[in-house]
Amino acid sequence: MRTESAVYVPAGTERGVKKPRRKRKGGRWVPFLMVLPSFAAILVFVYGFIAWTGYVSLSNWNTLVKDLSFAGLSNFKFLFGDFRFQSDLRNTLMFTVLFIAATMAIGIFLAMMVDAKIKAEALFRNLFIFPMALSFVVTGVVWQWILNPSTGVNLILKSFGMTDPPKWYTSTEIVPGIAWGLIDFGLPLALIAVVIAAVWQMSGFTMAMYLAGLRAIPDELREAARMDGAAERQVFTRIILPQLRPVTVSVVIILGHISLKIFDLIFAMTGPGAMFLTDVPGVYMFETTFRGNHYAQGAAIAVIMLLFVSLLIVPYLFSSLKKEEG
Amino acid sequence: MRLAQINRSLLYVLLAVMACLYLVPIYVLGATSFKGLNEITLDQMWRLPSHLDFSGYKIAFDKLAPNFLNSLYLAVPATLLSALFGSLNGYVLSKWQFRGSNALFALMLFGMFIPYQSILIPLIQFLQKIHLYNSIPGLILVHVVYGLPICTLIFRNFYAGVPDEIMEAAKIDGTGFFGVYRYIIMPLSITGFVVVGIWQFTNIWNEFLFAVTLTSQKQQPVMVALQNLSGSQIVQWNVQMAGAILAALPTLLVYIFLGKYFVRGLLAGSIKG
Repeated sequence: MRTESAVYVPAGTERGVKKPRRKRKGGRWVPFLMVLPSFAAILVFVYGFIAWTGYVSLSNWNTLVKDLSFAGLSNFKFLFGDFRFQSDLRNTLMFTVLFIAATMAIGIFLAMMVDAKIKAEALFRNLFIFPMALSFVVTGVVWQWILNPSTGVNLILKSFGMTDPPKWYTSTEIVPGIAWGLIDFGLPLALIAVVIAAVWQMSGFTMAMYLAGLRAIPDELREAARMDGAAERQVFTRIILPQLRPVTVSVVIILGHISLKIFDLIFAMTGPGAMFLTDVPGVYMFETTFRGNHYAQGAAIAVIMLLFVSLLIVPYLFSSLKKEEG
Repeated sequence: MRLAQINRSLLYVLLAVMACLYLVPIYVLGATSFKGLNEITLDQMWRLPSHLDFSGYKIAFDKLAPNFLNSLYLAVPATLLSALFGSLNGYVLSKWQFRGSNALFALMLFGMFIPYQSILIPLIQFLQKIHLYNSIPGLILVHVVYGLPICTLIFRNFYAGVPDEIMEAAKIDGTGFFGVYRYIIMPLSITGFVVVGIWQFTNIWNEFLFAVTLTSQKQQPVMVALQNLSGSQIVQWNVQMAGAILAALPTLLVYIFLGKYFVRGLLAGSIKG
């Protein structure tokens, strides 16, 4: 996954960074010069390249021959009228909702169990987190077999007498399948298989986050509530859940941005699937750019992906850093 | 009391069930990788191998070994460089803040969340121009640059915990920017380096998008080779599973022996900072 960087900005670190306002003798430029190369690299590799991608997305470069003549919004128009891209948008929405909901529910459930002063706590904790150390590619390779309709889980289901076991990622059903644009809107059942694999990989992370959150709630708080006559259920809903809200926000942001840009898991496990039922923008961008040489279209998909992620991340970054300064 | 005991037993039953579910893929990986050709039919998936057969591992090893080395040549230097830059940046951004440093830091952090598809096309053109396309040094450069935000973030939060008093005392003694870094910050940073090192190593080892777009054939890191192995119809199932285990082994070992630090990276900058 990059796996993916599953880390967030501290929301109001307690020992937050103080702003030193004292005068310093000489060498005032040294600290700045030391971080300058890094900032310059970020400026070019992040912001410069994003600008360049934006420029490419507005061009006619849709063949192997580089053609940067201005094409207006034609690539974007093409995408929004494209069966595959419409499918991708639907799939991203469905995947994101299912993935976040399931990962959070299982993560909080695991965290509550592990936090219940159990024996062999470290063993269970480590077991639930270890899939995070694996690559999405490995996860995809394994789950592709476990959820293969002609073997794996279905062997077990059949041995229990199920005559018509699920088709998993080969299913072509969309529920409820309302015609919308060129596509049928709804949940493609094939996506559930990918969600299962993703949840297996990421729920340990959610557990770790919630566990840290639970451990940060002072025991006195629960005790005080109990002294005031609150029932255990009330302690949970009135004390613990509100205290976990900042963790939940972080979890949603992190899982959300991972799912909006997901690529490797789907690429390794199912690919675009029949009728693009398991396709996502990340896979489409890769295939159209590097296999079809439609660079401008690929850039347009990337711009849209960046837009989605930014809508999620930018407000979060702002509020986190504001909080820290205040 | 009775009820509490029942609840307690139920808790352990649930934990055991969840643990078993989480181990299913590991069982499939392990069991299949040791099976011989005659045992890898679809209907025998859940059966243990009748005897340990290493032919899957042998084929997988022959196919993946060069790519495995590529990943090593990539991940080790990239991790070390990332940690070094991250430490320096984190030191400045926590202890030597200047006007606008927080805003710059925010701009840097954004780079950690972007979908890398949005910089991929220019990145390839750039690497071609500087003749690092399709090379391990090119991938190292890419991972160091895009690793800057997360490494800086972890070190910055880590150094925020170093009391300012120590800094002040050192400054009064006339120790400058580098002196404080060398004699005070560095010795306190070992845990930070371990956390960042493990985090970067795991991420770079497991990364796929850059690997598959920036390299081809001989330069490919192991995850791309594994994907090619499992994507090809002619490769046997036991070979795929053995390959997956081989490719995952370094990060799994790191997790088994240094899991505590891996989780700290995972939660970097979490609740308590």
